[in-house]
Amino acid sequence: MKKTFKYFYLVLVYLFLYTPILVLIVFSFNKTKYSTNWKGFTLEWYRQLFENEPLMEALGNSLMIALSSSICATFLGTLAALAFYRYRFWGRKVMYSFIYVVMMSPDIVMGISLLMFFISLGLEPGALTLLLAHITFCLPFVVVTVYARISGFDHHIIDVAKDLGASELKMFWHVMMPMIMPAIVAGWLLSFTLSLDDVVVSFFTTGPYFEILPLKIYSMVRLGIKPEINALSTMMLLLSLVTVTISHLVIKENKQ
Amino acid sequence: MARQSSFRNFAIGSTLLWISIFVIVPYAFVIVVSFLTRDADTNIRWIFTVENYRELVSPVFLEVCKESLWLAFGTTVLSLLAAYPFAYLLTRIPENVRRFLILLMIIPFWTSSLIRTYSLIILFKANGLVNTVLLALGLTDQPVELLYTQGAVFIGLVYALLPFMIMPLYSALQKMDRRLIEAARDLGARGWQIFFKIVLPITMPGIMAGCTMVFLPALGLFYIPDLVGGARTMLIGNYIKNQYLTTGNWPVGSAASVVLTVFLCLFLYGYYLSSRNAHTKQGVEGGLV
Repeated sequence: MKKTFKYFYLVLVYLFLYTPILVLIVFSFNKTKYSTNWKGFTLEWYRQLFENEPLMEALGNSLMIALSSSICATFLGTLAALAFYRYRFWGRKVMYSFIYVVMMSPDIVMGISLLMFFISLGLEPGALTLLLAHITFCLPFVVVTVYARISGFDHHIIDVAKDLGASELKMFWHVMMPMIMPAIVAGWLLSFTLSLDDVVVSFFTTGPYFEILPLKIYSMVRLGIKPEINALSTMMLLLSLVTVTISHLVIKENKQ
Repeated sequence: MARQSSFRNFAIGSTLLWISIFVIVPYAFVIVVSFLTRDADTNIRWIFTVENYRELVSPVFLEVCKESLWLAFGTTVLSLLAAYPFAYLLTRIPENVRRFLILLMIIPFWTSSLIRTYSLIILFKANGLVNTVLLALGLTDQPVELLYTQGAVFIGLVYALLPFMIMPLYSALQKMDRRLIEAARDLGARGWQIFFKIVLPITMPGIMAGCTMVFLPALGLFYIPDLVGGARTMLIGNYIKNQYLTTGNWPVGSAASVVLTVFLCLFLYGYYLSSRNAHTKQGVEGGLV
């Protein structure tokens, strides 16, 4: 009795989390446009999606921003995690707490702060401002992931490498990098997903001439349901699924 | 030697520079702007005023605040009530199945909450699946208006934020030393006593972390009420957004953001206190076992 209840409750929560997503996926293959009845399988909406030029352009922009911002954030974030771990410097504690402030602060506050900052600098909101904003909000996630990994291992390894005459750069490249690689990959994938999915910060930091997918979807959804959006969402869901599975495997390997 | 210090300087320098330019300066700017005067052409005029904060005690903003806090609070409580038993049950599942279940739990955490909100609309619209089922079961004879209600906003927020509550709760419950429960049981504690005196205090940091990760976004996620609540429901996030996009009032928007950040600080302080208490408790009680 107790055991049945246990599984029942778990199943219930999973149903809550997954029913809407699964319905969305099924409907992206449904022939009918408006009603909820199943009228047969079709790939028509996917065809329309690929022919929808503004949507495809937004997808391209989104992928470009997600790719470049996640690479920059991973580079900067790994450097930052190394700096926080290895060195004692002026402002270290304050900076590290700001990493948490960025991660915890509501997206909207970050969005408007960057909006006002960029406009005051005279930067036209567009691809560049969006890129800078995305790097900034991805950065803390990389720092935290990599930092957790570095602080997990024996720091004597560093001393050994130094004693054997390795330069600082060599030591990082040959000793620490291989060890923190899984965390770097995980941080990069997380950044990529965060950047691809972000609505709130992007809403404030991009301009009308540089449209990205989430904002495009947002404006389209406000006007009603569109079957192409179902198809597009299904593809985005699939992409997230692949990313999360890879990162999960990487992290699991990391633990063993 | 020179190369060592150049790597060091580069690592430290890039970190300091990026955080200063793109985090500290913009955040400080928000605080400054919240005390400046509005200007129709240049957005702000450099004249000091506290008028923006006075604007925030106006009935309009207080009403938004009240509704927003109510929605965020309700979302947090609902998520906590749903997530706590879930996270607990998850820790009791055999290891090999659990790995898969955890992956299933993480996937929604990683998927766009916009897309997930959109999937709710499909489910809840007038001729959506829920209404079809209700009609078919004869529970109602005409479609019920599920969208554009406060209930829809609650469901939308819980749906978007539930994974953020489950994760910290699960990790807190997972870390808990199970011997404490056995010891308490051996000493004759009842089920509810064990829960309220041991499990709850020890997992308090997880609870606080989860509540923070649900409550704060729930105040700011403007697109959820926009999409499922119609124009009727306003979060602080919607209010701030309107100050920037509709009325172009930077100072008042900034002041509202400062207020939002103050909420954040209060929550983080609560988290700090609870984790400090839990550490001392687990230390003492763990020492006794």
